[in-house]
Amino acid sequence: MKILVAVKRVIDYNVQIRIKEDGSGIVTDNVKMSTNPPDDNAIEEAVKIKEAGKATEVVAVTVGEEKAQETVRKALAVGADRGIHVKADGIIEPLAVSKILQKIVDKEKPDLVFMGKQAIDDDCNQTGQMLSSLLDWPQATFASKIDVKDGKLEVVREIDEGLETIEIATPAIVTCDLRLNEPRYASLPNIMKAKKKPIEQLNASDLGVDVAPKIQQIKVEEPPKRKAGIKVSSVAELVQKLKNEAKVI
Amino acid sequence: MSVLLIAEHNNKELKAFTLNAVTAASQIDTDIHALVIGNNCTDVAKAASQLPLVKKVISIEAAHYENFIAENFAPVVIKLAENYSHIVCSANTFGKNLMPRIAAKLDTSQISDIIKVESPDTFIRPIYAGNAFATVKTTDSKKCVTIRPTSFDPCESSGGSAPIESVEAGEEFVSTKFIKREEIKSDRPELGTARVVVSGGRGMQNGDNFKLITAIADKLNAAIGASRAAVDAGYISNDHQVGQTGKVVVPDLYIAVGISGAIQHLAGMKESKVIVAINKDGEAPIFSVADYGLEADLFEALPQFIEELNKLNTIQK
Repeated sequence: MKILVAVKRVIDYNVQIRIKEDGSGIVTDNVKMSTNPPDDNAIEEAVKIKEAGKATEVVAVTVGEEKAQETVRKALAVGADRGIHVKADGIIEPLAVSKILQKIVDKEKPDLVFMGKQAIDDDCNQTGQMLSSLLDWPQATFASKIDVKDGKLEVVREIDEGLETIEIATPAIVTCDLRLNEPRYASLPNIMKAKKKPIEQLNASDLGVDVAPKIQQIKVEEPPKRKAGIKVSSVAELVQKLKNEAKVI
Repeated sequence: MSVLLIAEHNNKELKAFTLNAVTAASQIDTDIHALVIGNNCTDVAKAASQLPLVKKVISIEAAHYENFIAENFAPVVIKLAENYSHIVCSANTFGKNLMPRIAAKLDTSQISDIIKVESPDTFIRPIYAGNAFATVKTTDSKKCVTIRPTSFDPCESSGGSAPIESVEAGEEFVSTKFIKREEIKSDRPELGTARVVVSGGRGMQNGDNFKLITAIADKLNAAIGASRAAVDAGYISNDHQVGQTGKVVVPDLYIAVGISGAIQHLAGMKESKVIVAINKDGEAPIFSVADYGLEADLFEALPQFIEELNKLNTIQK
C-alpha cells in the first residue's frame, strides 16, 4: 500500500502575523515558516502505518514556491521515503491545489492520500474534500483515529456533536485532526539522511492546471481592536462588574 | 438569482445554526430555498417551511441520507445547483465536510467561513485564526459559501408557510459506510457553542487543580477550555484546547485563568464578547485583551470567586 501525504508551508503557529501596510496581504518575508501543524499529524500517521508493516511507501508532496521544498524535506526527515515538489507561486487556491494533487494521484496511484484538515494560514478547510470529489473517492475528514484493515479504513472523525466512526474503502482521502497522534521530532541523523532522499520537481503549468486565483483578495485588515479594559482590585469587584456592568452572569 | 441553503438537522429537527445561516443567506438574496436531505425527516422540512425568510423547501429523503454522508449528499446538491447563484451552508463540521465536495464538481473556488456579506459576490472572512480579516470577491458565476454561524443572528423560526417540494433521491455511494456516532453526553455545554467558557492555563500547575475551574464552570453552566500550554503539560485533554490549533470560541463571557495569553491562544478567544483574565503576572499579554483583569494568585482568587457566585445565587433565590 502506498500513501501520498500532502503538506503545506505556512507561517509558524507561534508567530504573530503582521498585515502589510497597503492591506494587500500578510507579511511573509523574514518570517519563520513551518509545516502546517495538522499536516505533521498526517505525515506521522502515514509513517506509523508504514512502520506497522501496513504500507510500503510514503510519498510527501507539496505545492508552492521554491522554499516549500523545506516542508517536503522535513517530511523526509521523519520517515517519508521520497518527495514531490510542484512549483507554483502566489496564492494557490484549494481548488487549484486539489486539481494538481489529482494529477499527482493519477501518476503515483496511491491507495491513500493524507493531509491536514485545514491550513492555519487561509483556514479554508477544503483541499482534501475537493480532491476526494474530483477523484470520486471516499473521504474521512477530521480524523482522530485510523485503523487500517484489509482494503478498508475505519476512521473516527471529530464532529461538532462528538465522534463519528465510518468505514471507507481504499483508495480514499483522509484529512487529519491534531488529535490523531503526536508528531515525532526529526533526529539529527535522520535529518542528514533525508538530504539524500529524492525530491522530484515539477511545475504546476507542466501538469496542465490553471492556478490563477478565482477569488480576488480585495483587502486584508486588522480585526477590530478590543477597547481597553480595566483592572479590578478584588474578586468581589469582579463579580459585581460581571453582574451589573457587563450583565453576563 | 437565488440561494440554495443546505439545512443542517438530525432528521427530527433543524440544527439551531441553520437559522443563523438563513440570516446570512437573506443578506445575499431574498429568494432562499432550503434544501433538506435526510431520512424520515418530514418534520425538518416542515420546520424549514415555517421560517419566514424561506420561499421554498426542497426535500429529498432516502435511507442512505440518514447519517449525512457527504459522498451521498454532494451529487444531489450538484444536480440542483444549476438553478441557483449561491449554495450556502453553515461552517460547522457538517458544512465543512460537504461544501468543498460540491464546489469542486462545480469548478468553483469556495469561500469558507464568512463573517459578513458585503454584496452577493463579496464577503469578509477571518484568516490566520481571526488574526486578520480578508475581504474577498469571487469571480465564479456560481458561488459556494459557508457561514460562520456565530457571526449572524438566528432568523425568525415561525410564521412562514413555504411550499415543500419533494425531489427524487440520488444513488448511494457504497464505498463509505457509517458505523456509529458517539455524541458527547455532557451536562456541560459544548466548548464551541457555550455561552460561558472558563479556561485554565499553565498557571494551574497540575491537572488536579483544574477542579477549581470545573467548580466555577458548574456554577456558570460553562464549558471548560484550556491553553495549549496546559494541554501540552498534560493537565487536561486536547479536546479542551482553545486557540489557533484548537477550537475558536466566541462566548458571551470568557474567563482565562492562569493563562499568559500567547498569540496562539488569543487567536482562539479574542472575539469573545466579555473577557476576564485572572493572572498573577500583571504584565501578562492576556490583560491587553481583557475587559476585566484581576492581578491575583489564582489559588486565592478562584475559591473567592466560587464564594461570590454562591452569594449571588442566594440573592437571586
